[in-house]
Amino acid sequence: MNRPALLAGVLILVAGSASAQDLASFEKRVTVKTLDNGLTLVVCERPEVPVFSFYTHVDVGADREVPGITGLAHMFEHMAFKGTDVIGTTNYGAEKVALEKVERAYLSFDLERRRSPGRDETKVAEQERAWKNALAEANKYVVTNAFGEIVEREGGVGLNAFTSSQETGYFYSLPSNRLELWAYLESERFLKPVMREFYKERDVVHEERRMRTDSQPIGRLIEEFLAAAFTAHPYGQPVIGWPSDLESFSATDAMEFYRRYYVPANMVVTVVGDVRPSEVVPLVERYFGRLPAAPKPEPLRTIEPPQRAERQVILRETAQPYYIEGYHRPDSRDPDDAVYAVISNLMSEGRTSRLYRSLVRDKKIAAGASGFSGLPGNKYPHLFAFFAISTPGHTPQELGDAIGAEVERIKSEDVTDDELKMVKTRVKADLIRRLGNNNGLAFQLGQAQARYGDWRELFRSVDHIGRVTKADMRRIAQKAFVPENRTVGILESTKLAGGPPGQGGK
Amino acid sequence: MGPRRTILAVLFAPLLVPWPALAQPVSTDWKQIRKPALRPFQPVQPKRVMLGNGLVIFLQEDRELPLIHATLRIRGGWREEDAAKVGLGGIYGRAWRTGGTRNRTGDHLDDFLEARAAHVETNDGLDSSTVSLDCLKENFTEVLDVFLELVREPEFRQEKIELARQQLSTIIARRNDSPQSILFRESNRLGYGAASPYGRLLEYATLNAVTRDDLLAWHKTYVHPNNMILGVVGDFDAQAMEGTLRKAFGSWPKGPAAPKAKASPTPTAAPGLYFIAKDDVNQSNIRMVHLGTTMDNPDYYAITVMNEVFGGSFAARLFTNVRSKKGLAYAVGGAVGVAYDHPGLFSVFTSTKSGTTATAIDALYEEIDNIKKVPVTGEELQRAKESLLNSHIFRIDSRAKVLFEKMTYEFYGYPLDFLERYPAGVEKVTAADVARVAQHYIDKNKLAVLVVGKQTDFDRPLSSFGPVTTIDITIPPPAHNKKAGTSR
Repeated sequence: MNRPALLAGVLILVAGSASAQDLASFEKRVTVKTLDNGLTLVVCERPEVPVFSFYTHVDVGADREVPGITGLAHMFEHMAFKGTDVIGTTNYGAEKVALEKVERAYLSFDLERRRSPGRDETKVAEQERAWKNALAEANKYVVTNAFGEIVEREGGVGLNAFTSSQETGYFYSLPSNRLELWAYLESERFLKPVMREFYKERDVVHEERRMRTDSQPIGRLIEEFLAAAFTAHPYGQPVIGWPSDLESFSATDAMEFYRRYYVPANMVVTVVGDVRPSEVVPLVERYFGRLPAAPKPEPLRTIEPPQRAERQVILRETAQPYYIEGYHRPDSRDPDDAVYAVISNLMSEGRTSRLYRSLVRDKKIAAGASGFSGLPGNKYPHLFAFFAISTPGHTPQELGDAIGAEVERIKSEDVTDDELKMVKTRVKADLIRRLGNNNGLAFQLGQAQARYGDWRELFRSVDHIGRVTKADMRRIAQKAFVPENRTVGILESTKLAGGPPGQGGK
Repeated sequence: MGPRRTILAVLFAPLLVPWPALAQPVSTDWKQIRKPALRPFQPVQPKRVMLGNGLVIFLQEDRELPLIHATLRIRGGWREEDAAKVGLGGIYGRAWRTGGTRNRTGDHLDDFLEARAAHVETNDGLDSSTVSLDCLKENFTEVLDVFLELVREPEFRQEKIELARQQLSTIIARRNDSPQSILFRESNRLGYGAASPYGRLLEYATLNAVTRDDLLAWHKTYVHPNNMILGVVGDFDAQAMEGTLRKAFGSWPKGPAAPKAKASPTPTAAPGLYFIAKDDVNQSNIRMVHLGTTMDNPDYYAITVMNEVFGGSFAARLFTNVRSKKGLAYAVGGAVGVAYDHPGLFSVFTSTKSGTTATAIDALYEEIDNIKKVPVTGEELQRAKESLLNSHIFRIDSRAKVLFEKMTYEFYGYPLDFLERYPAGVEKVTAADVARVAQHYIDKNKLAVLVVGKQTDFDRPLSSFGPVTTIDITIPPPAHNKKAGTSR
C-alpha cells in the first residue's frame, strides 16, 4: 500500500557481495522451482524460529502505464487487499451483479463528464446520481478489510505492498504453521480479485498523492525533475499517477491491466523461514498452480532516446532548498553496472565519502549529499543522480558547483588504491549484514531472481564489483557525467521564514 | 503498453498444459485449511552479567553470520537538558563520535573504521545516549579498542561541535517545510506542555548557548559504568566475550548515579481547537491529543487490546471507517499511547484533502465517541486478541530482538520477563475491561485538536467546532550579537 520513498528506495539497490562461502551456504538452503504455468518459486530455509516471510514480485509497475491510466499499477496493488469472491463479501452472487451495475453507471457518467464540447450537465448529474446509487447497493454486500483481518488475526505482521516504476511487490510474515493458509490467501487474491470499493479506494490513493507529492516540497521537486529527465520512457510519469487520471480511471481499466500483466510467468514468489521445500513446493503447485498460464507480456517498446540538451527545472518555493542532478545511464544488466555501484559507494557512503568530506565537512554547505543509481528504477536505462540538502543560508547553486567539482575529480583523477579497496570491503560486508532476516532475504532473493533470472546474482554482484578498476571509473565518469546528458532540479527558497543564520550574509 | 492478450489465450492456456496440481483438492473456505500446532519455541535468552562497578552486560550468541554488534546505553538524554541549552544532547550525540578521542581525531576514526567496513557510532535520545559497534567478527578486537577509547576518552573537538551545531541548525531551518513534521511537533507541545521536556523545541538561541565545557560536564555526569547497560550480540563465544569485557570495563571505577529527570509532562494548553496555517499544501493534517499513560499500568493489556480494535490495524475501526468506507484519508491511526516511565499521548491522526477537513474531524470525533459508546463486540475482542497473541512470536524472532527487549526492561527497571508475561496479560482481557479503559483513558473534552492546512479551502470553518487558537510557528531568528551556528 505504500510506495517506497523514491530516494530511500534507490539507496538499497546496489547489491553487495559475499564470499564463495556465503554462496555455498545458500546453495544448500535455496530451492527454485518453475511451475507449469510459468510462475517461479524460490524457497530459502532459515529454520531457527517457526515463522516465515514471503515476497511476491510481479514484473509490472508504472512502466506499463500510458497517459489516462497513470497510477493504475499502484491502484491495482491497493485493490489486491480488497478480498476475493469468498473473502470480503456477504453474498458474492448479488455483489457481482451490483458491481457490474456500478461499472456500467460509472463508465457512462465518466464519458459524459469528459465530453467537450457538448457536455450535458443535467445528464452528468443524473448519471452521477445513478452511479452513487449503484455504489450504495454494491456496498451492502461488502465486509470491509476482511482480507487484512484474516492475515492479522492469524498472526501476520508487516502486511503491505509497494508499487514502483518497474515492479509491484506484496509481502508479510506469518507463523510457520500457517503456510497452507498463506498459499491459499496469496494465490486467491491474484486468482479472483474483486474490484469492490474501487472508487472509495481511488479517493484513498488520491489522498496518498496529496500526502507524498503535492504537500511535500521534495515530492513536488522529484515529480517535476523526472518529468523533465524522461521525455519518452514511462519513468518520467509519476508512479502515484496524475490527478486527472486518479479521478477518471475505472475498475474496468484495473481489471484489464490485471489480466494482461498478472500472469504467472510474470511472477516470482519467494518464501524464507522455517519451511521445507518438500512442503512448500507441493502447496505452491496446488494453490498457485491454479493461476491460468499465459505468455509473459512482451517487453516494453519505448527506450529513452539519447539526451541532446541539458535540462533544468526550478521550483521557487518557501521551503528550504534542495539540489538534484541526474545523468542517464544504462540499465542494471549492463556490464558497467558494477562501475556505477563503485562510484556511488565512493561518493556517498559514510563520512569518508567524497561528497560528505567536500560538501558537509569542509565546505559546510550541505547537511547531507549522495550520488546513486536507480532513479526512478533500474530495470530500464535510468538516472545516476547526485542529491544534496543545503545548510541554512546556502544555495542550490553552491551545492551544484561543489558536486560538479567532485564529479570532475572522478573524471580526471584516479581514485586511490585505499579508496577502491575500502569500497570493495564495504560492499562485501554490507551484503553479509543484509542476510540476517527473513523478509529482507525474501525481498533480495526474489528481486535477483526476477531481474537476473538467478538469485545467485545477489552474491555474484560482489565479484563484478571486485573487478572494477580505477580506469573503469574514469571511463564511465567521462562518458556519463557530461552536461548534455544532465537534468538539474532545483528547489529555490524565495522567502525564508524565520531568517536562518547566514542568510543575510550571502 | 504491451500487446493485448486475447481472452481466448487466457481461457485456453490452462487446458494446454499438464496440470498435476489439480489432482489435489484446494480449499475454497479458508477456515477449513489445515493449521497444525505451532512447534514449541523458546527463544535463546542472553546471559546477564553485573560487574562490581555496576555495569550490566547482556551477552547473546548468534553464530548465523560472521558479525558482532554491541550497544551501550547510557542514562541521560534530552529531557535532562537545561531548558536554556536545548540541543546539548543533539550536539553531544554527534560530536562525541565525530570529535574523536584524545589520541585519534574523528576523521582518523572514519578512515580506520570504514576501511574495515566497521561502524562505531554515538547517538542521542530522549532519556539516554548510545554508543554502538558493528563489525565483521575478524575486526572485533581493533574495533572494540576504538569503542572503548571513545567511551572513556572523548575529545569533543571544537570544529566538530560547530559542524554538529550547523547540522542541528539545518533541522531548525527546515522544520516548517513538511506539514506532518509541523503537526507532530506542535501537537506534542499541546499534549505535553510547550515548556515540558517532552514538548519543548530546539531553537537557535538554546543551540548556540551550548559550549564544549557543557559537553565535557555532561559526559562527566553520566558516563559511569553504574549508569550504563551493554548488550552484545553476534558470532562469539559468550564465555570468552565475558572475559574480554570484564577486562575492558572491570577496572573502571563506579561514579555518582545519574541524576533522575525531575521534569514531568505538564500540559498547559487548554482543550480545544488549534490551527496552523500552511498554504503550500492541498491536504490538512489533523491530530487530536491528550495525556496517555505508562506501560507498567495494570491496564496496559486492556489498553493494548482496545488500541488494536480502535486504530492499530487493517481491521481497526479507524482504518475501516475513515479510510476504507469513507475514503477520506490514506493515513489514519490512533491509540492510547504508553511509554516506559512517563505518560504517552492519546492520539488520533489523519490527513485529508483541504476540502474535507471538517468532515474528517467529524469522522474522528465519531470514532472517539463510538469507542466509548459502542462496546467492542465479542468478534472484535476475539480478533484483536488473536492478532496480538498470534503475532507475539515476531517480537522474539531474532536473538538480537530478544537482547534489546531485555536491555530495555533493565534500563527502565521493569521485570526482565515483562515480555514473557505479555501473552497471559492479553489473554485475560475481557470486553468489560476494554469498555472500562475506553471510558477511563479517552476523554473527548480534554483533547487539543490541531489542524495544519490551507484554511481558505476547508469545507467548513474550524470555528464551527468552537473557538480556535491560531499558533504562530515562525522560527525565532538567532540573536544578532551571538555567533551564528554556521561557523564561518
